[in-house]
Amino acid sequence: MSAAAPGLGVSRPRTDASARADLVNRGFAGACAVSAWFGLGVLIVLLGGVLWQGAGWLSWSFLTHYDSRHPAEAGVLAGLLGSAWLVTLATLFAVPVGVGAGIFLEEYEKKGWLRTLIEINLSNLAGVPSIVYGILGMAVFVKMFGAFQGRPKVLEIGLASVHIDIPLPFGRTVLSGGLTLGLLILPMVIVVTREALRAVPSSLRQASYALGATHWQTIRHQLLPAATPGIITGVILSVSRAIGETAPLLVVGAAVYLANTPGGIESPVDVVKHPGGLAEAPFDSFTALPVLIFNWISRPEQEYRHVAAAAILVLLGLLQVFNIAASVIRARMQRKTRW
Amino acid sequence: MAERLAAKLAPANPHGLIRRSSLVRAREQAIRLILLACAMASILTTVGIIYVLVTETLIAVPPHEAFFQLVSPWQFFTETRWTPQFSDRHFGILPLLCGTFLVAGIAALIGLPIGLAGSIYLSEYASPRTRNKVKPILEILAGIPTVVFGYFALVFITPYLLRPVLTGLFGWDVQIFNAASAGIVVGIMIIPIVASLSEDALRSVPQALREAAYALGSTKYHVSTRVVVPAALSGILASFLLAISRAVGETMAVAIAAGQTPALTLNPLRSVETMTAYIVNVSFSDKPHQSLDFKALFAVAMTLFAVTLAMNLLSHLVMRRYRETYQ
Repeated sequence: MSAAAPGLGVSRPRTDASARADLVNRGFAGACAVSAWFGLGVLIVLLGGVLWQGAGWLSWSFLTHYDSRHPAEAGVLAGLLGSAWLVTLATLFAVPVGVGAGIFLEEYEKKGWLRTLIEINLSNLAGVPSIVYGILGMAVFVKMFGAFQGRPKVLEIGLASVHIDIPLPFGRTVLSGGLTLGLLILPMVIVVTREALRAVPSSLRQASYALGATHWQTIRHQLLPAATPGIITGVILSVSRAIGETAPLLVVGAAVYLANTPGGIESPVDVVKHPGGLAEAPFDSFTALPVLIFNWISRPEQEYRHVAAAAILVLLGLLQVFNIAASVIRARMQRKTRW
Repeated sequence: MAERLAAKLAPANPHGLIRRSSLVRAREQAIRLILLACAMASILTTVGIIYVLVTETLIAVPPHEAFFQLVSPWQFFTETRWTPQFSDRHFGILPLLCGTFLVAGIAALIGLPIGLAGSIYLSEYASPRTRNKVKPILEILAGIPTVVFGYFALVFITPYLLRPVLTGLFGWDVQIFNAASAGIVVGIMIIPIVASLSEDALRSVPQALREAAYALGSTKYHVSTRVVVPAALSGILASFLLAISRAVGETMAVAIAAGQTPALTLNPLRSVETMTAYIVNVSFSDKPHQSLDFKALFAVAMTLFAVTLAMNLLSHLVMRRYRETYQ
């Protein structure tokens, strides 16, 4: 069907009206095409602009230095390691809970009011602004509803040689931030788990039951392994969402200026030298890469704009690594699938 | 009666034919309970959000005082000044609501038409090959952190787009922080949402409808605008509502580019403050947690939550109520 075929296919002299219809047709098609490709234009301008502003400021020392009062000496180390800790804790929380919830909805509660309730709830949570999660995290983790009003306690746990002090309430710590991000990505993890489980053919289930496996054995040994690549892809994409989140972290109380990393761990060498740092890290104050970017943009000095641009390049590079990892896993999965 | 009893006595796992030891059965039950607890976590999140917002604004746990016990709701929703930090305090949320909807309105003016036209292109015009090129671009656009868009608005859109055009050509005064630059980037941010959700709606229109229109001699333009789009209208409207709700809840781009001046204005070239920007600015400025302006944060968050929730529910309702069912 050609876009420029006015009226029936009968040949007739071109009139003004048909010429105008032709113009409208082409104009509309062109406008739609431009709109669809508009995103590419924005991406090119955005990346070009950030590169122009920030590329010259990107260096190895930018990655290995803390923030500074002098723009030329500022670096993203605290933000990089802070983000790494936050995302790790968020994943440790959201993946077991989210996968469990996904299994429950797909394999146990196949109908009924509970499933309807949880589904409505999930679709609503997807629409809740991320900053509202920040407020939840502040009230629940940072202040614990004010249950320890004015008298913060310290819970001491001694495990062999490792001694952990857990402050109650958690306060403005890596743990509070990580759990808040965990709550934020939980609905996404549940959704991708359900989709991955739904993609497993039911013949696999039936074969397993036919061999006498119990419900859980079927899930544990057949369905989960088959669904794992799909779940991992989805989790990676959720994590890349979490890395860019700024607003909830600001509300939970991310520090804008920080000259240490969680637990004092700056490199793998520090873990060997001071393994206790791993246990202390979740209870340290925190910052994150996007929080640093926001802080630098907010400063009056123009030089910090360039520092912010360089940090944005680091952030976008990091996200790109995650996206590539997700698509590689997706591609391998499609090659391996035999159903 | 007997059937119901039999159903109750039946093992939890209807698939096993062999009677298993009660230990295995207990384990299966325990696992089910653990998974149920995981599923309840998402419900607890919602309950937690509502509990926090309600106890901080409406009904407080005794030693504390709720925001609306200190400031009357009437004053909150009708006063036209928002000055929590001045000695002459006023808590009228109208300027924040005005700023929020000004930015969301500009975003809608940009994002909705471009997103819809893009979705028509993807669904009606583009070849599968082109679709496979455009869709990943939209995904990348959707994955860019909002703080980056805020930077883009402040460092590029205002000085290199708005000021040369509006100040240079028309002589209008454009403030460094302005609603227009924030609205433009938020509009760009919602394009992927509108495009992908509307495309789903357009593609679910049966092919027979298009073929019938072509058979009557319609051009592609008429088929798209008078047959396919009206047939998918419920899905398109739902995507619009979701996108506007996203624009209302958008935080970082707005906090960076729109400014921090609560103003009851419809002038997009002025600095305004949105609800989300207020929450960020109060959190950022380290206010003591007992102060009134910190409590005001929860009242603002409650309003924001109510507005976005209402729009999301409306979106679902539109989808359900007006969905045309074919076949």
